[in-house]
Amino acid sequence: MSFWEKLYLPAVFKGMMITFSHIFKKKPTINYPEKQRPFSPVFRGLHILNRDAEGRENCTACGLCAVACPAEAITMEAAERLPGEENLYKEEKYAAKYEINMLRCIFCGLCEEACPKDAIYLSETFTPADYQRKQFIYNKNELLIPHPKENPEAYAKALGNRAAKGSVNA
Amino acid sequence: MFLSIDTALIIEKLILIVVVVSISLVVAMYTTFAERKVAAVIQDRRGPNRAGPFGLLQPLADGLKLFFKEEIIPNFSSKFLFILGPALAMLTAVMTSAVIPWGDKLHLFGRDISLQIADVNIGILYVFGVVSLGVYGIMIGAWASNNKYSLLGGLRAASQIISYELAMGISLISLLMVTGSLSLKEMVVQQQTGLWNIIYQPLGFLIFLICSFAECNRTPFDLPEAENELIGGYHTEYSSMKLGFYLFSEYINMFVSSVIMATLFFGGYDMPFVNEANLSTNVAAIVGVVALMMKVVFFLFLFMWVRWTIPRFRYDQLMHLGWRILIPLALFNMLVTGAVILFLDR
Repeated sequence: MSFWEKLYLPAVFKGMMITFSHIFKKKPTINYPEKQRPFSPVFRGLHILNRDAEGRENCTACGLCAVACPAEAITMEAAERLPGEENLYKEEKYAAKYEINMLRCIFCGLCEEACPKDAIYLSETFTPADYQRKQFIYNKNELLIPHPKENPEAYAKALGNRAAKGSVNA
Repeated sequence: MFLSIDTALIIEKLILIVVVVSISLVVAMYTTFAERKVAAVIQDRRGPNRAGPFGLLQPLADGLKLFFKEEIIPNFSSKFLFILGPALAMLTAVMTSAVIPWGDKLHLFGRDISLQIADVNIGILYVFGVVSLGVYGIMIGAWASNNKYSLLGGLRAASQIISYELAMGISLISLLMVTGSLSLKEMVVQQQTGLWNIIYQPLGFLIFLICSFAECNRTPFDLPEAENELIGGYHTEYSSMKLGFYLFSEYINMFVSSVIMATLFFGGYDMPFVNEANLSTNVAAIVGVVALMMKVVFFLFLFMWVRWTIPRFRYDQLMHLGWRILIPLALFNMLVTGAVILFLDR
């Protein structure tokens, strides 16, 4: 090493200039809860059970989603629609019980693809948090989309930009 | 001979002491915050921004957290010394601020109030004495922990401070040859009328700067608390506010050595390009304090900037730098300064 290099001070100074220049660089961090990154259009978050425009549940409990599910996270029980329940369920058969174990689910989206009635889809909600494992078995209360007539704001929010994608059969 | 001490003087000095100590503490508090912010921006991060606007309440939250932490005194430690360690570290850190001239004098209530707690005529020797006492806090704490990593950290701190104190002292001798005074106030007055000492002593300043990094246990000389080999070094066994005191005293030391460097080499409370004689007394004093604080902020930033740039030395490199480079260099600087002064017959 030459004398100049042995002094080390020029090298130290050079290093300090590099760190100094980083002060003015753009920070890649986003202030998360206030600002959020835009999702990819194919983002797959938590599931939602869909209703039609009149607020009737789409699901007919055919079980195709449960069959398609590679993680075996979906359980359901079917029931027959009784007279007078036409405003609740779209077709003659419906899911009396519908559970998804969110800890088993791998969010592959195969249930969405398997569904012939557009009854289930994956939303953009993605940060579930709870204190107990059993709370992660979501039942119909947690999965069903809000009623479009009774609670149109929450419905629109839950629908997200899915309406724009045009895959909802109203 | 009577000492001219009246009640007003005592009150004045008491107020000044309270103000200076609390300012040092607040500055040290916000230095911890600034350190985290500087570290963040240098690493392209954002840093703490949750507590209060821009994260400004972060140091308070940190302090509160430390107070609420469980206080652990290991039962294999010597309890008295274990508590004495951080107390001593904190005490010596704050004590240094007594002789520093924070500004010129204020004119209030018909009195001239000097913004210096004690204008000791051997001010710089006092600073040196107290600063070298600072290592006792670390050593006693490390010894009392009864833990091999702490002990190693303490040993390192002691040998490091002895090694660098020498070079620092010698570099200071050459400065004293230039100024011809040991009083900090006198040095500032000289620099106000003449040139800053950095012009006369650039090499001396460089040595002093490097040594003060070592004295403050700052990176690249933070071997006493080398995390990866000593698990925190001398404060391995400490928790709660006792740990807080150790960490905090480091920041107060940083603040004080920034002030000392500004005072010795950069004109202290002298605002450059402003003739203080043209201003009224009080305005000049305030301008002086502001000027000193600006210099201090620069040095504090330098401390952090270096920390986040340069990696830690190996122990043999540290000793090599101290004994075989800095001390000969300081001696050389002293000889040259002496020769020049003799030659110019000043």
